[in-house]
Amino acid sequence: MAEFKHKHIIALRDLSKADIELLISTAESMREINSRDIKKVPTLRGKTIINLFYEASTRTRTSFEIAGKRLSADTVNIAPSNSSATKGETLADTALNLLAMKPDIIVMRHAVSGAHYFLANKVNCSIINAGDGAHEHPSQGLLDMLTMKDHFGRLDGLKVAIVGDITHSRVARSNIQGLTKLGSSVYLAGPPTMVPPGIEKTGNVTVCSTMNEALQDADVVMMLRIQQERQGKTLMPNAREYARYFGLNPNNVKLAKPNAMVMHPGPINRGVEMSSSVVDGDQSWILKQVENGVAVRMSMLYHVCGVDSVE
Amino acid sequence: MNLLIKNGRVIDPSQNIDDTLDVLVENGLVKKIGAGLTAPAGTETIDATGTYVVPGLIDMHVHLRDPGLEYKEDIVSGTKAAVAGGFTSICCMPNTKPVIDNKAIASYIINKAKAEGFCNVFPVGSITYGLSGDRMSEMGELKESGCVAVSDDGKPVHNSELMMRALQYAAGVGIMVISHAEELELVGEGVMNEGFVSTELGLKGIPRVAEDIATSRETLLAEYTGTSIHIAHVSTKGAVQIIREAKARGVKVTCETAPHYFSLTDNAVRGYNTNAKMNPPLRESGDIAAIKEGLRDGTIDAIATDHAPHHQDEKDVEFNVAMNGIIGLETSLPLSLSLVAEGVVTLNQLIEQMSLKPSSILNLNRGTLVIGSVADITLIDPKLEWVVQADKLASKSKNSPWLGKKMTGGAAATIVAGTVVYKR
Repeated sequence: MAEFKHKHIIALRDLSKADIELLISTAESMREINSRDIKKVPTLRGKTIINLFYEASTRTRTSFEIAGKRLSADTVNIAPSNSSATKGETLADTALNLLAMKPDIIVMRHAVSGAHYFLANKVNCSIINAGDGAHEHPSQGLLDMLTMKDHFGRLDGLKVAIVGDITHSRVARSNIQGLTKLGSSVYLAGPPTMVPPGIEKTGNVTVCSTMNEALQDADVVMMLRIQQERQGKTLMPNAREYARYFGLNPNNVKLAKPNAMVMHPGPINRGVEMSSSVVDGDQSWILKQVENGVAVRMSMLYHVCGVDSVE
Repeated sequence: MNLLIKNGRVIDPSQNIDDTLDVLVENGLVKKIGAGLTAPAGTETIDATGTYVVPGLIDMHVHLRDPGLEYKEDIVSGTKAAVAGGFTSICCMPNTKPVIDNKAIASYIINKAKAEGFCNVFPVGSITYGLSGDRMSEMGELKESGCVAVSDDGKPVHNSELMMRALQYAAGVGIMVISHAEELELVGEGVMNEGFVSTELGLKGIPRVAEDIATSRETLLAEYTGTSIHIAHVSTKGAVQIIREAKARGVKVTCETAPHYFSLTDNAVRGYNTNAKMNPPLRESGDIAAIKEGLRDGTIDAIATDHAPHHQDEKDVEFNVAMNGIIGLETSLPLSLSLVAEGVVTLNQLIEQMSLKPSSILNLNRGTLVIGSVADITLIDPKLEWVVQADKLASKSKNSPWLGKKMTGGAAATIVAGTVVYKR
């Protein structure tokens, strides 16, 4: 087996094609554990993982927690919004205090892009990024790619449409990095207010002027969450008009290939970026993404720990 | 104070002097410039061979943080950093605590600088009371108490009517208005230049047009009212062009840029480097080219540092949380000298931009070695090689993007009113 040489996983931009392939293939083998009656192996027994979530999260935090537990690590969840952060403690101080308790891995979600690099310079344990600002969300990117691989058996040569608020999306950035490295082409669509300058230069990326152009013959249609709290008052008129031009519905989904996958990182605003019939339709892989999330996170935890073999 | 400076290359743009000469200083004033000068026995003599002897450098844009924020910098440490960088005069911005919006604070600064400082300090008062942006400060009294300009640096005056009235009122008082030109809604919560790098890093961008719009407004207001305005820290290609066009129309606009705006692009932010975070933000290579062209053709009048000291605790944090600004007093001279080495400006032009022009924009009555003028003199060693090291910097704060970098050129000696206040 190839060797994973990174102590931290902060961004797919920092990983090579081989690294990403290794993380995905390990995740594939982890799935076997998840289908057992007793879903637990002793691989990370004695390891301590702290899930430090500065931003609210249900799916990702739970997924990391389950992943750690299935590998027999001790996992602790901290949501600083209801602990020290509200007392004015800095990220560095919080991290150093946690470090004094000797964790092996800190899994962190933070609202500031790059916060994990800052943290990695302060601590000696491994850091896994569970989402930083609008920068990256590597575990989401990996689970998305694993899910695509499940359906197509490959990632090379796929046309992946990503639709929505690209500017504020760490999911889009991680997918662009990973998919480009693995040979897919990414087509982006969104209101021009939500497409950041130079995004086409960040990977194998084409910016489309309409959603239909992106959907045309796509193998994968990935819809992004539209966040009223993020897009504010200036990026779009309202959810109704957004849904009209950038919502996925039973009509425009037909522009994609007949066997195209429909994906969404969640949580979904039904009726805004996707109509319910598409969310719950035959082409939807949304719940499979969630399922794969556990395996991918097991793979990430396993590899940063540098343990020898999986049982 | 008497002093004889021998055999230096004396460069004084105010008199078109550029020759190997001696300068004799008597009682703190320039007494004589000529070849083979002699001085009365006992006069201190400096051998200036191999150095440029120029009118003392002036930095018209410095944050001294005193009063109120002395943990970042104070008048003593700030002026010490200034003279180490070759500056004999600095102008300090009003965003202190309390704000320089009254005589008491202005006098405190002037008196403390006279008593304990190493160089001349000219305070800049605020345009609006408490930098509130809603009513003018007492500009008449500020001028009488020694302020050389007014500015709401760091907190641009948003209300265009108030800005127009401030320009008119300041013109009546006879005090220059310095504008931090940024359109605040467009700046929003941005933390770096908007462009490819901000997209890659996932950081919120500040579009260039935020500065361009505000620069336009300021030049139009100055044009409409027939008043003078000085634009601080120009960073964009657009702003350079707007100022160039305004000058061509006869608008009384002057401007400055800072060394980081012609030395670094937003690539310096990569790695989420908080010492590359400032406002306005570092831009792109096209902007650097335009800034250099502006310096070359005279659109940009002056080089100022926007020296903005911040404590390590304010910089060693997540990028969005970090304070804006970098220190600049001790690196300005070598970075600016590189413009001469690159052929962007002549040595004469550079000395003008770093001394005569700031003086004439703010009526400081300095920037010259004409007989009888105050003997503020900088000796520049253009070949000096040194490395920027945190523990060697005189400034209390160490927030420089050039830590560990090699510099060429620096102050060999700094002389204020005939007294050697710094010698390398």
